[in-house]
Amino acid sequence: MTMAPESGTDQIGSPRLRKEDARLITGQTEWTDNIRQTGMLHVAFRRSPHAHARIVSVDTSAALQQPGVVAAYSGADFAAEQGSLPCAWPVTEDMLLPDHPPMAVDEVRYVGEAVACVVARDAYAAADALEALDVEFEPLPAVIDMESALAEDSPLVHAGSGQGQGANKAFEWPMASGDVDSAFDGADVVVTRRYHQQRLIPAAMEPRSVVCRPDGDSFTLWSATQVPHIVRLMLAMSTGVPEHKIRVIAPDVGGGFGSKLQVTAEEVLALLLARRLRKPVKWTETRTEGFQTTHHGRDQIQDVSIAADSDGRIRGLKVDLLADMGAYMMLVTPGVPILGAFMFPGIYKMDAYAFHCTGVFTTKMPTDAYRGAGRPEATYAIERIVTELAEEIGMDPMELRRRNWITHEEFPHTGVAGLTYDSGNYEAATDRAVELFDYDGLRAEQRRRRESGDPVQLGIGISTYTEMCGLAPSRVLGQLSYGAGGWENASVRMLPTGKVEVVTGTSPHGQGHVTSWSQIVADRLGVPFEDVEVLHGDTRVAPKGMDTYGSRSLVVGGTAVVEACDRVLDKARRLAAHMMEADEGDLEFSDGRFTVRGTERPSTSMQEVALAAFAAHDLPEGAEASLDADATFDPENFSYPHGTHLCAVEVDTETGDVSLRSYTAVDDVGTVVNPLIVDGQVHGGLAQGIAQALFEEAAYDSDGNLVTSTMADYPVPTAADLPDFTLDRTTTPATTNPLGTKGVGEAGTIASTPAVVGAVVDALRPFGVRDLRMPCTPQRVWRAVAEAREAGRSEGGQR
Amino acid sequence: MPHIRVTVDGVSYDDQVEARRLLVHYLREELGKIGTPVGCDTTNCGACTVLMDGHSVKSCSVLACQADGHDVTTVEALAADGDLHPIQRAFHEFHALQCGYCTPGMMMAALDLLRDNPDPSDDEIRQGLEGNMCRCTGYVNIVRAVREAAAAMSETAAAPESEPRATGVPPQMVREQEPAPHAASGGASS
Repeated sequence: MTMAPESGTDQIGSPRLRKEDARLITGQTEWTDNIRQTGMLHVAFRRSPHAHARIVSVDTSAALQQPGVVAAYSGADFAAEQGSLPCAWPVTEDMLLPDHPPMAVDEVRYVGEAVACVVARDAYAAADALEALDVEFEPLPAVIDMESALAEDSPLVHAGSGQGQGANKAFEWPMASGDVDSAFDGADVVVTRRYHQQRLIPAAMEPRSVVCRPDGDSFTLWSATQVPHIVRLMLAMSTGVPEHKIRVIAPDVGGGFGSKLQVTAEEVLALLLARRLRKPVKWTETRTEGFQTTHHGRDQIQDVSIAADSDGRIRGLKVDLLADMGAYMMLVTPGVPILGAFMFPGIYKMDAYAFHCTGVFTTKMPTDAYRGAGRPEATYAIERIVTELAEEIGMDPMELRRRNWITHEEFPHTGVAGLTYDSGNYEAATDRAVELFDYDGLRAEQRRRRESGDPVQLGIGISTYTEMCGLAPSRVLGQLSYGAGGWENASVRMLPTGKVEVVTGTSPHGQGHVTSWSQIVADRLGVPFEDVEVLHGDTRVAPKGMDTYGSRSLVVGGTAVVEACDRVLDKARRLAAHMMEADEGDLEFSDGRFTVRGTERPSTSMQEVALAAFAAHDLPEGAEASLDADATFDPENFSYPHGTHLCAVEVDTETGDVSLRSYTAVDDVGTVVNPLIVDGQVHGGLAQGIAQALFEEAAYDSDGNLVTSTMADYPVPTAADLPDFTLDRTTTPATTNPLGTKGVGEAGTIASTPAVVGAVVDALRPFGVRDLRMPCTPQRVWRAVAEAREAGRSEGGQR
Repeated sequence: MPHIRVTVDGVSYDDQVEARRLLVHYLREELGKIGTPVGCDTTNCGACTVLMDGHSVKSCSVLACQADGHDVTTVEALAADGDLHPIQRAFHEFHALQCGYCTPGMMMAALDLLRDNPDPSDDEIRQGLEGNMCRCTGYVNIVRAVREAAAAMSETAAAPESEPRATGVPPQMVREQEPAPHAASGGASS
C-alpha cells in the first residue's frame, strides 16, 4: 500500500510505514512498568476517601509490621522536604496559588489525594500493607459545584489561604477588544446560551508509572511522561536536588493526551523515597488511582452571547466562563481556559469581543491540559452558537458561516482576539467537505423524515473550526505569564559511516516522531530513510527540549530538525567544495550528492563527506572535524490548522439512541510529512471528540466521590461505538515555518464535538429542542424529546 | 502455594505460585513476558489479552493457578525469526497502532475473533473487538488491519502444508519456536 521513494529525497508527503512499530507489535517494549532494577522496592499510596477532611492522625506502626514492608510514611514525615507541586502558569499576579504538597500533611481536598505511603519488597505486599495504615480523618464540607463555590457562604477549599470568604475564586481574567456594548446594542439579533463542558478523564491506555534509582548523589527517574525536560527542571526546583544530578527518561509512553504533561506527586515522592531509602523505588497506578488522581480535562460553564445583524453579519461575542480548577493548581491548570480565550471567535470576523474567566477551586481532582486544552471548549461554544444564530435568523448554518468567515484573500488576518492567522482557506475545505458528505442530499432526506414524522430523525452538524497549534513563540508565552519558553531544539549528526543520528527535544508517545523526523532528515540530507536514527525522551541523550504537547512537535521540533540539517549541509558543502577543489558557489546538492555545476566531474556523496569530516585529514581552513549541528527554533507565531467537519446522526426519538450515520472531516494542517500518520491522528482525535459529545463524563456525587472511577463506569468508546470516517485534506502551507506544517494532533478532537452535538440537536429541532447537555446519552436525548413533547412545543414537519 | 504446570509460548513451566497471583503478573513478573501490559483492573480495556488454548482471555482476570494444564500464547510468540505474523504485518501496514499499549491485546483478541469467524464483516470485527479499548486510533485502522489479516490468513490456511495444531490454534496463530532457556529476567533496564 505504500509507494515510498527508494532514495532519500521526496520523503516529505510519503506515507512511510512507521519505524516505531517493529517493537510495539512484537511486545519488545519498554513501558515504565517494565523497568526492573536490582533491589527495587514498590510504593503504594494510601489515599483520601473524603473529598475534604482534616487529617487527625496517621499511624504507620501496624503497616510496618506487615510482611515485606520496608518503610511507611505519612505526609508529615516528608513535610520538610517535599516542597509544593509546581504551577508554571500563574495567569494573574494576584492568582491564589495554594501550597500543594505531594502528600497531604494537614488536610485533604479531593478523593484520592495521597496521605501516606508504604514501601515494600513487592507490589502485592505494599498493597496489603495499606490496609494496616491507620489514618483518622475529620470530614469537612465538600465543595463540588462551581456556582455554589462562589457564593459568599460557601465552605472554603483552602480555608488557610488567608483570603476570607469568597476565596474559592482563584482568579479573574478579563479580556476585551472593540466596542462590545455598541456591537450588542446595535445588533438585530442576540443569541445567548449556556454551554457545559463536562469534566473528562484522559484515560491514556498506559497507566502512569515511575521508577527512581539513586546513583550516588544523582538520580535516574523513568516516568510515563510527555515532558521529561519539564519534569527534570521542576523536580530540581521542588526537591532541591540539583538539576544536573537528575536524569529523566521517558521510555515508551503509552499515550498522553495531556494527562502526562505534568509533574506529579508520585514523581516527586519517588525521588524523595529513593533518596531516603537509597534503593530504587517503583510506583505504578491502578486504573482507579489513575481516574481519581491523574488530572482531568475540561469542566467549564460557558455563558455565551453572540450579536448579529438580520442578514447574518456577526457583530460581537461575549463569553463569561467559569473554569473548575479542582482542588489545586497543577502545571498549567489556570492556563487552559486562558489559552482558550483566544479561540472563541474562531474563524469569524467581528467587531468586538469580551471574555471573562473566573477560575474556581472545588474539592475535586485538579483539571489541566487535555486533548486540545482550552481550544475544544472554545470551538464548541462558537460553533454551536453560530448554528443557533443561523436558526434564529432563519438562514442555512453553512451560509451564515460563509458570510462571516475570513476569506482566503484576507490572510494574514489579525482577528478580534488579537491573534494573526497566517494562512488558511476555509472555502476550499468547506467546499470539499460539503461535496464528500453529500450535504444537499442529506438535507433532502432530513426534510423527508421530518415531513413523514419518522420516529428516527436525521440531524446534520457542522464544525468549521480553527485552532492555535505549535506552542510556540516564547515572547508571546511570556506575555501570557507562562513560566517557560516555547522553543524546540534538535541536533543532527552524520556518523563516520554516513548514517545519521537525530536528537530531538520533543518526546513522543504514539505520534510517530521517529518516522516523520527520519523522513525530514532523509529528504533534507539525501540519505536513505533507513539510515536515520531518532533519539529522544532522555534528558541525558536529548538534553535540550520543551517536550510534546499542544501539537507543537512537528511545527516547532520538526523545524528545529530542518534547521539543524541545513547547518550540517552548509558544513558539508564547504568540505565538499574543498574535496572537489571547486568553488562552494559552483556546487549543486541533490539526491545526497554534490556535483560541480556545468562539469562532468564525478560527484561526491554526503557519506563520503561525512567520512572525510571524521578523518579530518584535510579540512578547509577553520573547519572543525565531524559533521554535526545543533539548532533551536522559536517560531514568530502560532500555527492555525483549520477544517470543516460534517456529521450526520440518526436519532431514535422513541429510545433516545443516537447513531452516527456518517462523518466527514476535511482538515487543512498545512504541509503533510506523513499522510498515514496524519490520518491516524485525526481518527484518534475524532474518537475523543465524539466521545465527549456522546459518551464520556467524569461524575462526582454531592459528597465528592468520583462515581466514574473505573473503566466499567466511564464509557471509553470501543470499536463497536464508532463509525468509519471519511477524511480528506486541503493544503494551505503555514507561512511561519519552513516546512509549512500546522500541527494535527488535536484537530479531530477540537472539531468533532460541536459537529456531533450540533447534529443531535438538529435532529430534534422539530420537537423544539434547542440544546442538549453533553454527553448526549440516550436518557438525556429521550428526556429532551419527552419534555418537549409534554410542553406541547413540537413543531414536527417544520424547519 | 499451589503447584502449576503451564505452557507459555511453547515453553513448559513447573512453578509454585501464590493462589491469588494473577496470570498477567505471573507472566510479567515471573516469566519476564513483559510484552503483555496491564491497562485496567476491571477487565474492560483488554490490554492484557492473551490466548489460553487458542481462546482469548484477559489475563488480569485469570489466576495463574487457573492456567494450570493450559497452553498460553502471548504476543511474544507471534513472530519468529523476524518473520511477522499476518496480524502483526497488517497492524504495521495499516497504521493500526500509535502508542502501541493496547496493541498486543488487540492483536490477540483479533486472532480469537478470526479463529471463530475467518471472514468477518467490518461490523463483526467492531463487535468482536468490543472488549478492547484504544485511545489513539479511533479504531478505523484497526478494523482495516483485521480485515486484511483475515484475508492473508485465509490464504495461508488454504495452503496444503498447513495443518491444525493439537491445541486447536490454527498454525498461523502460533509459530513453532525453539524452546527458549527459562526467560527469567526480562524487563528493560537502563
